[in-house]
Amino acid sequence: MSILVSVAVAALVAGGVYLLLRPRTFSAILGLALLSYAANLFLFASSRLEVGLAPLASIKDSPFPDPLPQALVLTAIVISFGMTAFVVILSLRADSDLGTDHVDGTPGSGVGGSEEGGNGLLEETDGVAGDGSRSAGGLRGPSSPGGEVS
Amino acid sequence: MNHLPIIPILLPAFTAMVLLLAARIDMVTKRALSVLAILALVGVSVALLTQASAETLVYRLGDWPAPFGIVLVLDRLAALMVGLTTAVGLGAVLFASRGLDLRGQNFHALLHFQLMGLNGAFLTGDIFNLFVFFEILLIASYGLMLHGGGKERIGAGLHYVILNLGGSAFFVIGLGMVYGALGTLNMADLALRVQEVGPGLQAVVQAAAMLLLVVFGLKAALLPLYFWLPRTYGATSAPVAALFAIMTKVGVYAIIRVYTLVFPNEAPVMAGLPGKVILPVALATTVFATLGAMAAKDLKALIANLLIVSVGVMMTAVGLFTPASLAAALYYMVHSTLVVAALFLIVAMIADERGSVAGALKPAPQVAHAAILGTLFFVCAAAVGGLPPFGGFLGKVYVLRSATDAPGIAWIWGIILGGSLFSLLALARAGSAVFWKTSDAVGVDPADAAAAEVPDDEESHYGPVPSGLAAATVLVVLMSGVAVFAGPLGGYVDQTAAQLANPEGYIELVLGGDEVGEVAQ
Repeated sequence: MSILVSVAVAALVAGGVYLLLRPRTFSAILGLALLSYAANLFLFASSRLEVGLAPLASIKDSPFPDPLPQALVLTAIVISFGMTAFVVILSLRADSDLGTDHVDGTPGSGVGGSEEGGNGLLEETDGVAGDGSRSAGGLRGPSSPGGEVS
Repeated sequence: MNHLPIIPILLPAFTAMVLLLAARIDMVTKRALSVLAILALVGVSVALLTQASAETLVYRLGDWPAPFGIVLVLDRLAALMVGLTTAVGLGAVLFASRGLDLRGQNFHALLHFQLMGLNGAFLTGDIFNLFVFFEILLIASYGLMLHGGGKERIGAGLHYVILNLGGSAFFVIGLGMVYGALGTLNMADLALRVQEVGPGLQAVVQAAAMLLLVVFGLKAALLPLYFWLPRTYGATSAPVAALFAIMTKVGVYAIIRVYTLVFPNEAPVMAGLPGKVILPVALATTVFATLGAMAAKDLKALIANLLIVSVGVMMTAVGLFTPASLAAALYYMVHSTLVVAALFLIVAMIADERGSVAGALKPAPQVAHAAILGTLFFVCAAAVGGLPPFGGFLGKVYVLRSATDAPGIAWIWGIILGGSLFSLLALARAGSAVFWKTSDAVGVDPADAAAAEVPDDEESHYGPVPSGLAAATVLVVLMSGVAVFAGPLGGYVDQTAAQLANPEGYIELVLGGDEVGEVAQ
């Protein structure tokens, strides 16, 4: 089981870091989410992985898992959840203000607006209609996080 | 039980909540409340400093014994940092009251939440609690950084937020490694267990310590991780940039605390690793930031790079890990934080009076208040560059003297002195470009400047210069105080460094149980 968990953490970190380095805010947010999942899973595993223990401390002498990492993970989940919500709003705002969902605020080279269509959430606030709808399209298609890579 | 250590956290928290609940009251009342709260915090800081000079105080939250409960520890370092935060916060609140706070309802509430997070980070004695307070101050800082909006600010804010969220994820991973290897999160308890780590766990503990160093280095703006800073500080408003001068010091503080107490440089398991990493990185930071200051095309970018230079200098001293060098780092930190915060405010006032040219280093009409702004700029430039009689000079002498026995003395002296020289050149160039190379003799009245459209540099066109001057003057006076009262302050930081070099007292006080708790009360 240790191997399974470590492979899962490694895959999440690798995917998270890769997506974090992508040029669009949507992939960056997904990357942050994966990275925080990895961090939480790792933190959870920091009290050693045990199978078949009582879920809570009992009065008898039966062994029980260390409750502290669970409390820590809970704290970390709440924080990362709140921050994900914040960064989603911030990137929507950046998209409407800057007219692009590129993290540098300038439409990058080699990353065309491949996702067309969709009545953009932000078209009315956005002078450049195509750019506004691109982000909305990205948000509606979470199944393809790497979809922007043409 | 003496409740003093928790007041610097509770007071801003309650102030912020009241300001949030009363979000719709008029701005004058909010400002009054905000300024009153921060003046109260000044009083609390004085009490904290007095208390910490007498004896260290441990506050057990919920009266749970350490290491099971979370403790707040008020030692000399924590009191010094809280005092510094309060001073910078006072300047930021006064300056924001010129009009920046009108651009949104909750500027003052966010600022007090930020103060709460800062004070909590400085006072806590639990490393996971440190993470939580980091998050509090970061969340507040996102709001403050973006306050007022604007394209430049949103774009830079996105980088800042994403970078720090990534940093937080690595912080959690580092804490998981610490807990997995050592089984505790209380800093004093960790310090004891690190001493007993066997060779089997050495690699894990070292990796955890270095991962945390990456996180703290990101906050402190050390070399590979500082490129976010000039853009962020350049894009945000002046009072927020001034307040953020203390944000980098949170990273510096965390490095000092963690690598003197939890993972001490001289501990067998660490084998001097923190010093080996921090010293070259800090020197390289100084070099690159000096180059950045030389290349700056804008006043704000210049000050932001000078801020990084000062971080490089103080981290060089920290990286030596001797009592003398830690004392030097702390003295220099007090000085440089105040002077950089003051410079951000002064530069914003100068930029205001230059119309659409703003802070760019190119010819523009003469600023209207050239005499007073020029004097303030000159004083702060001399101070930040390290000229006598200011604290920057004393601080750098202090740092250089503490490095005399270090093996890399030629590098350390050369880079710090060279950095000072080139910083001064950059400042002289900026000062002459702004005050002397004026395009024509027609002055821009602030009223005209306010009428002229300056869409992206907005925060300041609300109030007259004097109210901004008050804020800058408070910081400049405090900064001069660092030089005038160099004796008492030097004595204080010397004893702080002695306290840091001998963490046994701290550990015993935190873990000592009831009888020590009685003494602490």
